[in-house]
Amino acid sequence: MSSLVLAHTRYLVIEQIRVPIGILASAFFPAVSMVAFVVPFAGRDPVAATTATGSLMFFGAMSAALMGLSSAVAQDRDLPWNPYLRTLPAGPLPRFAGRILSTLAVMLLSVIPVLLVAALFTEATITPVRLLLGVGALVLGVVPFMLMGLCVGFLLASKAAMAVSQLLFFPMAILGGLLLPPQVLPQFVQAVSPYVPTRGAAELIWAAVVGARPGVVPLVMLAVWTVATATAAFWAYRRDEGRRFT
Amino acid sequence: MTVLARAIDATRRYGDVLALDHVSLDIRAGEVVGLLGPNGAGKSTLINLFAGLRRPTSGTVELFGGSPLDPATRRGIGMTPQETGLPESLRVGEIAEFVCAHFPDRVATAELLARFGLEDLVRRQVGGLSGGQRRRLAVALAFAGRPRLVFLDEPTTGLDVGARRALWEGIRSFHEEGGTVLLTSHYLEEIEALAERVLVVDQGRVLADDSVRAVRGMVGTRRVSLVAERSGDRIDLVVNDPDRLVVELVRSGTPFSGLEIRPATLEEAFLALTSKEPAHV
Repeated sequence: MSSLVLAHTRYLVIEQIRVPIGILASAFFPAVSMVAFVVPFAGRDPVAATTATGSLMFFGAMSAALMGLSSAVAQDRDLPWNPYLRTLPAGPLPRFAGRILSTLAVMLLSVIPVLLVAALFTEATITPVRLLLGVGALVLGVVPFMLMGLCVGFLLASKAAMAVSQLLFFPMAILGGLLLPPQVLPQFVQAVSPYVPTRGAAELIWAAVVGARPGVVPLVMLAVWTVATATAAFWAYRRDEGRRFT
Repeated sequence: MTVLARAIDATRRYGDVLALDHVSLDIRAGEVVGLLGPNGAGKSTLINLFAGLRRPTSGTVELFGGSPLDPATRRGIGMTPQETGLPESLRVGEIAEFVCAHFPDRVATAELLARFGLEDLVRRQVGGLSGGQRRRLAVALAFAGRPRLVFLDEPTTGLDVGARRALWEGIRSFHEEGGTVLLTSHYLEEIEALAERVLVVDQGRVLADDSVRAVRGMVGTRRVSLVAERSGDRIDLVVNDPDRLVVELVRSGTPFSGLEIRPATLEEAFLALTSKEPAHV
């Protein structure tokens, strides 16, 4: 079974690496934001620079998770290759696990440019332990966005999935304080911010990388969002299965 | 003989559409069965039921005595993907390796590709293959796991004559080694060349299930062809009783030459079985 998971993961990673635009798209915007905003305005302050680096790493990871998964799953459903795979002697698990693992791999690749900019051009500092904790927080925080991506991908055609995931992506990134720190956001945004899943994920990462004290409400909301998106993704999967394979 | 695949009173509906209507049939070990029918007749639905892609609305479908929905049961079958859906960015060798990895008793990738004349394309990306090369790769994938039963849906559509003959050879040698094949085709010539048994399907029902020769004979028609001496034109007639025609012809004293009488082709039999009106005279 594990060798099949590996076979599926390898095939999906190769597919994404051969068409690297998806990886570039996830890596490009956060890296540019680092150079344009963090380096000149917060580059001198180690804590602010490290915090901003964590935020933008999550921005890239979230893009890979939400937009990458939703369009990949939606495109899969369009292709006759997908029903063919179901005639092979494997249940749905290797395919599913391969999708998740390959998305994680691409996600980790796409945060490297941000890390490089931070290391080379800012005063951001981090210990190896905190870096590992940060990556762990990143993976944990990105779970609801992966589930959201799966849900959108199972529900919509590929073009619509692209558009909808972008519509979800930018408002959540801004409301969660990934582009600007929450303290400088307008009052009404600050009121909403603790309730979006991006804020909880960001607080987890900030806690990991600079030891900031995370708020209780954002963390509880992150858990609530994870359960809610898991339910929605499972429902969307079952609905799609029922339509195409019963 | 061992039954490899069996449908018992299988019915399949898609909403209001009745795709299969109480179909019962056995596919026995060592057979090459041709599945013949117009578009929308239910051929693909039948294969999808056997391959575990769909469940019957009522009735049962068995594969090797088990359920096609169980992945372990499917180790014994091979399918061709539609070549339009092959992942474009993967290399030929990578796809073959990936599919082979699903089977405990797998063929070595190099051997599989060589058998279908693809050994020089191992490093080529699928996106750069010609239509015929894709088709050959798709058919090769059906044989990745040393299957006992192979489903070939239109295996040679889009191939030139040479490539088609080569593929036929591959299917024949699989059969000679004891393999079982269920094959659909638009080319009746292909069914006549490969299959021993024919299932004619239309509107979700099996209209005929017999040897190629018997299905041909089922229509009972003969094609009589002769040249009328007076005009020099060749005349073709499709008749039920060629003996009587010839007797009448000789009695009438009309001069003729080049008399040929042959059984109806599978195509004529097929058209006669699937059209609602009687085909000819």
